[in-house]
Amino acid sequence: MEQVIANGLYLGAQYALIALGLTLIFALMNVLNFAHGQMYVLGGFITYTVYGQLGLPFVVALLASGATLAVIGALMEKFLFRTVIRRSHREESTMLLAAATAFFFDAVILLLFGEKQRGVPKIVKGVFNDAGIIMPYDRLVVGALAIVFIAAFVLYMQYSRVGRAMRALAQDRVAAQLMGVRVDRYSMIGFAMGAMLAGVVGGLLVTITGVNSGIGGPISIKAFLMVMIGGAGVVGGAIAGGLILGMMESVGLTVLREYGDVTYLVIFAALMVFLSIRPNGLMGKPWG
Amino acid sequence: MINRRSTLKSMALGAVSTLAIAAVGISYAQAENKELKIGFVGVTSGPAAAWGTSNVRSMQTRAAWINETGGVKIGNDTYNVNIVTFDDQKDPKRAIAGMEKMAQEGVHYVVGPNVDDGAAAVRPVAEANGIIYFPYAFPKALYQKPASNAVLGMIANYQSGPAIYKYLKENKGVKKIAFVAANESDPLSQRDGGVEAAKALGLEIVAQNDTYQNDTRDFTPVLTPIVALKPDLLVLSGVAPANAPLLIRAARELGYEGLISTETAQDAKVLEEGAGEYANGFISVGGASTPEIASDTMKEFVTRYTKMFGEYNDESNTKVYALEYILDTLKANPAAINDVAEFKKTMDTFSAPNPFLKGDAKLGYVGTTSFGQKRQLSVPMVVNEYKDGAFQTLFVGSVD
Repeated sequence: MEQVIANGLYLGAQYALIALGLTLIFALMNVLNFAHGQMYVLGGFITYTVYGQLGLPFVVALLASGATLAVIGALMEKFLFRTVIRRSHREESTMLLAAATAFFFDAVILLLFGEKQRGVPKIVKGVFNDAGIIMPYDRLVVGALAIVFIAAFVLYMQYSRVGRAMRALAQDRVAAQLMGVRVDRYSMIGFAMGAMLAGVVGGLLVTITGVNSGIGGPISIKAFLMVMIGGAGVVGGAIAGGLILGMMESVGLTVLREYGDVTYLVIFAALMVFLSIRPNGLMGKPWG
Repeated sequence: MINRRSTLKSMALGAVSTLAIAAVGISYAQAENKELKIGFVGVTSGPAAAWGTSNVRSMQTRAAWINETGGVKIGNDTYNVNIVTFDDQKDPKRAIAGMEKMAQEGVHYVVGPNVDDGAAAVRPVAEANGIIYFPYAFPKALYQKPASNAVLGMIANYQSGPAIYKYLKENKGVKKIAFVAANESDPLSQRDGGVEAAKALGLEIVAQNDTYQNDTRDFTPVLTPIVALKPDLLVLSGVAPANAPLLIRAARELGYEGLISTETAQDAKVLEEGAGEYANGFISVGGASTPEIASDTMKEFVTRYTKMFGEYNDESNTKVYALEYILDTLKANPAAINDVAEFKKTMDTFSAPNPFLKGDAKLGYVGTTSFGQKRQLSVPMVVNEYKDGAFQTLFVGSVD
């Protein structure tokens, strides 16, 4: 059972990290970014290229993934989402735009990086094996980094000037504007940060799970699941959602293994019941 | 007055004229060739893109090679091969649309689809429109009477599985076996076939119900309970190339020391990058490119593929055959070019040299034992073992 709990905690930390960027963009702009998974994939491929192919240090690769995705996110916000939000009063317009960018990224990534699964050398070798728990050291490193990133992100949002401005935007866009917050600027920064998070996580996890051009969609769906559990637009909700999903998956795959692939069936059924009781998720209001 | 400058000018003009005449001549010769359309309906986008991409690229490489060397002579006519492609996105509805497109374009021979449900879905369209298709899907109903238009393009798992388990039982002392499969029709049916084969061999099955979502990225939770059962052989039924290295790595990191195998084709580079030395000893089904058996033609195919697409995919070792079979069968009976009934007649007696293997290997249609009629390409059942970035041939079998 120790192993199952350890698996769940690791998986949860990984999932929480994936969901953070998505929830940030949703909180700031009310945009369900369907291209979040594709951004993650792109980040993974950039790290694969810089670290795996060019042989540069892993940190450089991670920075390259984050920086590239931040620029892409900023451009997307400035030239696509800002325009659509300004011109359209229908919320589904941004959803359609997000879906279109997801398909676009899928095609571009397939074209640039091919159809194969890619992987990079392990950043740390060896396996921890003690007290009934087996955990490769690279997972421990990634798990620790996930905690550091999440903590840094929460602190940044809580105490920095940019973070405060973004929280104000998320709480009440009009009021924030009236108080002198530059809505366009902070929306762009927020979108860039969300995209950057996706890129960094993609780069981080390529060392564990590799990357291929087709996983963007499934990653997005899993991120949506976590956000739905935790509550859309709430950082704490994304973290809680990730941990809950990771633990449910780990326990389900062990306890229910004799019944075939019913783990996700149970998860989805539980989610339906849960959402009918708490439609806003565990912490469902922006930035509480 | 003739000076150096005018001489160079004349030479340059002469060279350009010669090239122009040659180019016109070549294009005229190519224009004289008729066009032979061969279809491809398979998955080239989304999570399973690797299945179809290696497939269609094999066809495109071979077609470009044939066209470059003057086309293919069938009867009294010479044809340039034109590959008409359709991405079915692994969706049976789109596979049907793809097959209908092939019918509208007058295509009679189609390679694909790549998965079970797509192959089953296109059957009525293919049969109604006189199309012979070559799926990479294993359900026997596709190839048994009354079905007659589908020809299995590779070795099925219920053919390779028993051979692999028998070999490992006799040579590696395997007694306990565990199966894990993605929760999709192809892997699940392959797992069921594998379980039957293992039972028939008297192996103890310690796990057979464990499954995973095909988009799983971390397999540690999936494999934790299986590894605890300590099987001698872990079978990754119908595993996608993208998932194989992740499963292998997770199993080894959890301390699994037994053998790991699959009945699907894999790519050495993907295994190397994703699992590194953990993949050593991994057993899979290959095709024709291991150095022990590859002919010069196969080596040139690999070179041309690499040149055309930047990187070879070892999955193409099993997918290089279908187009070759179509063209060679048409050569054997030119009347089949627009008449699939003639093609079917020829299948019963067809034989031609296998250009991709060393020695005197033959191309021919098989499947009588499995399907009761010749509805399978005879391709070598090459069982490979991965070792330090490359496949080595473990043994070669055959299907009748």
